[in-house]
Amino acid sequence: MKLITHNMLTSKCLKGVVTGYPLAINATNIKVTEVDFNPEFISRIIPKLDWEVLWRAADSIGHSDGLPQTIEPKFEENSDFLKKAHKVLLEVEIEEGNLVCPESGRRFPISKGIPNMLLTEAEVQ
Amino acid sequence: MSRRPEHQAPPEVFYNEDEARKYTQNSRIMEIQSQMTERCIELLLLPEDTPCLLLDIGCGSGLSGTVLEENGHMWIGMDISRAMLDVAIEREIEGDVVLADMGEGVPFRPGSFDGAISVSALQWLFNADKKSHQPVKRLYTFFSTLYAALSRSARVVFQFYPENESQLDLLTSQAMKAGFYGGVVIDFPNSAKAKKFFLVLMTGGAAPLPKALGTDEEDEHNLQVKYARREASKRARGKPLKNTKAWLLEKKERRRKQGKDTRPDTKYTGRKRSGRF
Repeated sequence: MKLITHNMLTSKCLKGVVTGYPLAINATNIKVTEVDFNPEFISRIIPKLDWEVLWRAADSIGHSDGLPQTIEPKFEENSDFLKKAHKVLLEVEIEEGNLVCPESGRRFPISKGIPNMLLTEAEVQ
Repeated sequence: MSRRPEHQAPPEVFYNEDEARKYTQNSRIMEIQSQMTERCIELLLLPEDTPCLLLDIGCGSGLSGTVLEENGHMWIGMDISRAMLDVAIEREIEGDVVLADMGEGVPFRPGSFDGAISVSALQWLFNADKKSHQPVKRLYTFFSTLYAALSRSARVVFQFYPENESQLDLLTSQAMKAGFYGGVVIDFPNSAKAKKFFLVLMTGGAAPLPKALGTDEEDEHNLQVKYARREASKRARGKPLKNTKAWLLEKKERRRKQGKDTRPDTKYTGRKRSGRF
């Protein structure tokens, strides 16, 4: 699972959970793959992200080196920043581990890079 | 036994490893899937040359995702079948996938996506595979959470196989209830094989639905071409085609020459009566 997905993913489908965001990450295996850099996409997606959540997620898996905690104005022109954001968003992948719901503490296992968000009958709203 | 996959087993069971393998080895399935995805992207009307973040509902082995990548978009997929997603990971897709059941809701933050597509997945929602499943409720949960996960001028295009008219009604009514505008576009409605259903939903304001392929007007055009050919062959023999304006005018001319009482030619000659008659 890439961090861009983590930035969008919630556990609000659980019964009794209101926002279910952000999910905490417990990673046991992290992989870095190379992905083509697309500066246009990165600068388009950044305003949509919750940057603080992204930074904390990157920090919690030890990939926040050089990543600023806040977005500067005119980030579109800073290609160094865009490359770092690209790396964190698309290249770092969590292979094995857990996602933890901040409200209910429910764990969603990640195996082979796929988070399992399936609920049991009792958990469906 | 019915041949529809939905009647055979729940999706997470039906799309097992054997079925999943078909989606990477069978070139016919792959071609059809990519054609339908192309058509979905066409119906999405995304801004040109802008990379978007799209949601692929029922992404399966990522065949549709690959087409999205080719069009320069980033995508996140959700599917209920583990075996299909494993194949997707094997195929080294650029997008990302999540194992989730669409009937339980779309587990994404509000405003995440610029659009969503779904190829041959929506019909599974009509199933009640577990005792707790209520299709109407699941449809509503799906549409309302999907509505939330989209940005405000987004579109969703579902290609799907409805079983009957009432399923279509149920789908559109639940989608409208969740806040969507839109409707069903049927490509090639007069063909048994090429006929394809697309549910096109919009989040922001009602806009005209895109035009379906192979509908009446195009058929009429084809018919005209056929007609023209027939006419040409008749004309070669020196007589205009019967019941056409040319034929009528010629007939009147002939009657005049014979000295018979004939009404003068006007702009109404040979024209169809209006519907009021």
